[in-house]
Amino acid sequence: MTETSMTGAPAGRVDEVQSAYMQMTRRKRMYSGIMLVVFIALMASGFIVADDRNAGGFWDGITNIFTFPGEVLSEAGEKIALLPALMWEFLPSLIETINIAAASTLLGAILAIVISLLSTRGLARWPRLIPLFRRLMDIMRAIPEIVIALVLIFILGGGPVPAMIAIALHTVGALGKLFSEVNENASLNPVEGLQSAGASWSQRMWLGIMPQVAPNYLSYALLRFEINIRASAILGFVGSGGIGYDLKNAFSWGQGRYDEVAAIFLLLFGTIVFFDQLSGYYRNKLIGEG
Amino acid sequence: MTTLTQDAPGTVPDMMRHFRRKKVQAFSVPAVILAYFVYVFFAFDIPGLADRARLDNARILVADSYSHKTHITRDNRTGGITMAVEGENKGTYPEGMSPDWVSKQGEDRAVVTLEDGHEVVIDGPTMRYDVPGYGVIAAEVSRREGVQLDLPEARVPDWISATSSRVDITTEAGRVTLTKARTEVMRYQFGWELFWFTLDSPFYGKSFFELAGLAFSGERVVEGRSNIAAIAHDIWNNRMWQHKDVMWAVFETILMAFLGTMGAAMLALPLAFVAARNFNRLMPVRFAVRRFFDFVRGVDALIWTIILARAFGPGPLTGSLAILLTDSGTFGKLFSEALENVDNKQIEGVQSTGARPLQRYRFGVIPQITPVLLSQLLYYLESNTRSATIIGAITGGGIGLMLTQAIITQKDWEEVSYYIVLIILMVMLMDTVSGWLRRKLIQSDAGGV
Repeated sequence: MTETSMTGAPAGRVDEVQSAYMQMTRRKRMYSGIMLVVFIALMASGFIVADDRNAGGFWDGITNIFTFPGEVLSEAGEKIALLPALMWEFLPSLIETINIAAASTLLGAILAIVISLLSTRGLARWPRLIPLFRRLMDIMRAIPEIVIALVLIFILGGGPVPAMIAIALHTVGALGKLFSEVNENASLNPVEGLQSAGASWSQRMWLGIMPQVAPNYLSYALLRFEINIRASAILGFVGSGGIGYDLKNAFSWGQGRYDEVAAIFLLLFGTIVFFDQLSGYYRNKLIGEG
Repeated sequence: MTTLTQDAPGTVPDMMRHFRRKKVQAFSVPAVILAYFVYVFFAFDIPGLADRARLDNARILVADSYSHKTHITRDNRTGGITMAVEGENKGTYPEGMSPDWVSKQGEDRAVVTLEDGHEVVIDGPTMRYDVPGYGVIAAEVSRREGVQLDLPEARVPDWISATSSRVDITTEAGRVTLTKARTEVMRYQFGWELFWFTLDSPFYGKSFFELAGLAFSGERVVEGRSNIAAIAHDIWNNRMWQHKDVMWAVFETILMAFLGTMGAAMLALPLAFVAARNFNRLMPVRFAVRRFFDFVRGVDALIWTIILARAFGPGPLTGSLAILLTDSGTFGKLFSEALENVDNKQIEGVQSTGARPLQRYRFGVIPQITPVLLSQLLYYLESNTRSATIIGAITGGGIGLMLTQAIITQKDWEEVSYYIVLIILMVMLMDTVSGWLRRKLIQSDAGGV
């Protein structure tokens, strides 16, 4: 191989390089092609299996996809004068849903700060326990909120508390991971300075690390708050208070209460969009500052 | 006041004012958080929680999640004794088979040995329970007079509850209940019983090594099937734990996440080009597509699930479509932001070779956004596995549905804990797979041509 390229004419070498390059490109194209075929096959077979195991088929369903929204809209349209009053009636449940999200985000964020500091190399109070705290965060992140919520509803009864605890636990795991990534980029100089002055671990963290990371923490916590509002509405649907619970009741009542369904849809949609925009605005501001 | 306004920045009074403001801030933020928690404390009625909390439920849940109970039941109307794991039909011991701590003597008499020397004898309508350190509790069930209890002491201890229609005896070793309909002894034991084989399987009660030996021996236990296939068949079709249905449910959940995420990406990518400032000069179209993204994202998976379940019925397809709709909004937003940040030089470079627009996108743009696209996609694949569990619980499909059903029946807590373990393993598996793929794909993409 080397001999021919050493002795061959320059033109021959170019040919050789070109053919090697073309071969590589062909192989790459073949791999991409195989990947694409596998992917399409997976999607198609997945779709067929899902369609098969679904109660109603895709092609039957797609034709009457607008039936239910149509019914809701027409009933809401007939009773459009009642909508504001209904929305006012559901406002307390909406506030409960938002409170669940806010309280769990706050609680989760506070715990996440502690656990993220404990699991960051260089900052940890007990460096040997770092893997333990990391595993703990992984597990908290992996458990869907609904699992904890359902179990807690069985023990604590319905109401906002099970949802709050469930969402807070998941938040600790999710935020803890992001926070510890932020911590890794924090400068250790203030910490060392404080240590030389005899500061305790909590003082070092509070005075040395917090001012550096606070904007990033806040930005992540705001994003989480946005996600948690959705989660808290969903948990209401499976039995723990808030607007989701009202939605379930109105919905299972069926026709005749679709005006309530419409009012709740509107409230929920408005709330989600409002907090999305709000948190987006403040996050941009925070990151702009940092 | 007049002196303050004259202070230039950086002078001592100015610094003092700055410090004072910082101090107020340092105290007010925790104070506001604390005040909010106090408000939540009362708004959520946490003081009333102690009354509503059912700690006995918690005890049942914990005890049941790692142990199982076996019921020894005598039918007081027709006579005859049956034995069943968890009292379920599916776990009933066949005729002639019994746990080794029960000795059945005749049609209507059984001696049940519980732990720590406790012993219960059921003999027709009578029951004798020998509690060490207390004495013998005797009871008789008759059709006319209900349950008659005879205790060694006159006072009824608090672990026995007795009325003329029902007697409950709960000790450390087990539970005995008597009603007109049946006399029942329950014994708790550690572990998940019948997890691999049900009682009607010929492989029940065999150790792992015996099974391994059987699997490789030529002698057939079941006619017409090799042993290894028979073992697999019996585990897969276990009626008590329903491994087949559970595995299908896990698969359905992953399928929902996969179809939803990939479908959303395929829908969002072309739309993202329309929504990106540098690829679409038509402001109204851009605006419309962006509002569309905001709309599908804002409506949220919960509402999409409800609406779609009406059209398609419960099942994995509904779940995948709900994920698809919600995430196409999220992806559209993320992708269009990524597209707006692409480097124009590469596109110009490709254009200078005479590439047509489609080729420009393919070779100038796509390689630039692939890393962002892939890492977001894989991150959402993992996160959507969790969402699919939740959506499954709402719309009825996948492991989420099995979990809610098991919790609603409020008795099979060992199944609940089994499902929870499976869900955690499933999410962690998807996390690992998506992390591995991310590293693999993005690295090879950066290193390759």
